Amino acid sequence: MKKWELKNQRDAFGEALVELGEQRSDIVVASADLSCSVKTGVFAEHFPERHFNFGIAEQNMISACAGFAAAGKTAFASTFAIFVTGRVYDQIRQSVAYPKLDVKIVATHAGITVGGDGATHQMIEDLALMRVLPNMTVIVPADAPETKRAVMAAAEFKGPVYIRLGRANIPVCTDIPECQDFEIGKASIMREGADITLVGTGIMVAKCLEAAEDLKKHKIDAKVINMSTIKPMDEKTLIKAARETGGMVTAEEHNVMVGMGSAVAMTLVENFHVPMKRVGIRDSFGESGTSDELMEKYGLTVDHIVDAAHDVMKRRGR
Amino acid sequence: MKIFPSLISKEYEVRVYSPLHIGAGIVVNSYPDEDIKMLEEMAGKVRRHIIEMIYGAGSGHPGGSLSATDVLVALYFMEMNHKADDPKWEDRDRFVLSKGHAAPTLYACLAESGYFPVDELKTIRKIGSRLQGHPDMRKTPGVEASTGSEGQGLSMGIGMALAAKLDRKKYRTYVMLGDGENNCGQIWEAAMSASQFKIDNLVAIIDRNKLQLDGPTEKIMSLEPLGDKWKAFGWNVIEIEGHNFREILAAFKKAKETKGHPSVIIANTIKGKGVSFMEGAVGFHGKSPSKDEYEKAMKELGGD
Ligand SMILES: Cc1ncc(C[n+]2csc(CCOP(=O)(O)OP(=O)(O)O)c2C)c(N)n1
Ligand SMILES: [Mg+2]
Repeated sequence: MKKWELKNQRDAFGEALVELGEQRSDIVVASADLSCSVKTGVFAEHFPERHFNFGIAEQNMISACAGFAAAGKTAFASTFAIFVTGRVYDQIRQSVAYPKLDVKIVATHAGITVGGDGATHQMIEDLALMRVLPNMTVIVPADAPETKRAVMAAAEFKGPVYIRLGRANIPVCTDIPECQDFEIGKASIMREGADITLVGTGIMVAKCLEAAEDLKKHKIDAKVINMSTIKPMDEKTLIKAARETGGMVTAEEHNVMVGMGSAVAMTLVENFHVPMKRVGIRDSFGESGTSDELMEKYGLTVDHIVDAAHDVMKRRGR
Repeated sequence: MKIFPSLISKEYEVRVYSPLHIGAGIVVNSYPDEDIKMLEEMAGKVRRHIIEMIYGAGSGHPGGSLSATDVLVALYFMEMNHKADDPKWEDRDRFVLSKGHAAPTLYACLAESGYFPVDELKTIRKIGSRLQGHPDMRKTPGVEASTGSEGQGLSMGIGMALAAKLDRKKYRTYVMLGDGENNCGQIWEAAMSASQFKIDNLVAIIDRNKLQLDGPTEKIMSLEPLGDKWKAFGWNVIEIEGHNFREILAAFKKAKETKGHPSVIIANTIKGKGVSFMEGAVGFHGKSPSKDEYEKAMKELGGD
């Protein structure tokens, strides 16, 4: 299997912001005392007059961005996922989502791969929180290049957008023609297959591709879908894949109760019901540890996806 | 901060802003030299533990852990009533580390107090450890509140202090805040309510190390005049040099004597205190030292 290059999504975000700053004078960027970590600091170096550091005051930052948007700007607000969703949920709901303002929330350090900082810093329910908000678009890029494409698309799009990024350097897996034209609400098929569909989001997409290689050894031909937009979900692609392959496994670095997998399940139940299994964190908080140890302990490895696929195949009598 | 040696030796004046006696200086009796020496030695030990823990884990927050050390040592080894062999003792004084990223300091104080073996410190941030990256009150004996998301500890302290009043208990509650943490709106919600409820069994300590994550506090989100702000919210404000044990202990005493108002101690500190190249260095807010830096730091702290 080809060795992937590792790149950081946050660097891609910083790069995209600088490009946007050059292209458009209506872009403003807000930070909350983490500008170095989330790479809004790169934008600040280029456009100091359009960068605002609100300090450790996330609520204020979000509502101020709503004000920016109400006054005609496109505002990017960025900090760690843990601080820019739950802590500011009401500000997002009331001052951003309800009035449908042009605020782009870019959350970094999402999920348990945050590692050593532990459960207090490991956001595993943000997709749930953002997904239930009317008017909110939710994007989880699979790697660094897709992050850049997603940020550019979000800037173009009118209305609130939530983009979820991780901390670590992760494999570049979207450098294929299928992924080049990023379109909000459009899933990409990363690999064709006839026997089962693996749907991944974020860092789990690369793991789904690896799992598909592994399944090939067992004569199982897996299709892999990169579900980079969680909302609106690409139902057409999903239903088609369900019809063609007859089984489905989802994989996400998120609480499995209420993330991407549950959205997929809802779509299938109402449209075309196939045996399915969801890989994700089974309704528990994380803890301190290395990313790899945590991915193993909380059931997010390639093997977990492969096992889930076998389980689905077995239920179909194959 | 200013130390004013008085005519009588070993007596110091501490600056106090108080709604009761505005701007009044107080002279406080000092403490025996042996006690101070014991605290200083313990602070050295705690600082070495901090560096070892963060180096061993490969991540963590040395700057704010080192600046908070002397205040925590004064609390755990002199000021607070607590029992390591009975962590849930009902009458214990409570300590909430609102700036949870200084967990290494808290763990070192708890271990040296006997809550768990000192040897366990090296498990910090490792999978399965009782010592999480940020304090976890369900996992670690002696930890009173789960913190790490800044801004919430003072409110928890208010609940504990009010519960003490309801239960007619004498215990006191201490909460340590970061200065950057004063950016958080919730701190000021808490400040308002503590004076509304006249919570005089509560002491907030601000680790005034003048730095937050992105840079100097006065540059990122300026706090000054910080003492006046707290005073305006109805608090008894005591400002000290936060690496001087006599001042720290005098401030606790002054707070205890203040009735009808909560007290806040602004402890002027140096981020990274004790390790020359970490002192005042923003870069060491949340970075573990390299091998060379680790060895140098341990040497400076009197380790071997
Ligand atoms: C609500 C929240 N936002 C952001 C962070 C990330 N963070 C961790 S420490 C820190 C800076 C803290 O500065 P300060 O309170 O002055 O702490 P100290 O200097 O004592 O380390 C930040 C922004 C956090 N822990 N909580
Ligand atoms: Mg500080």
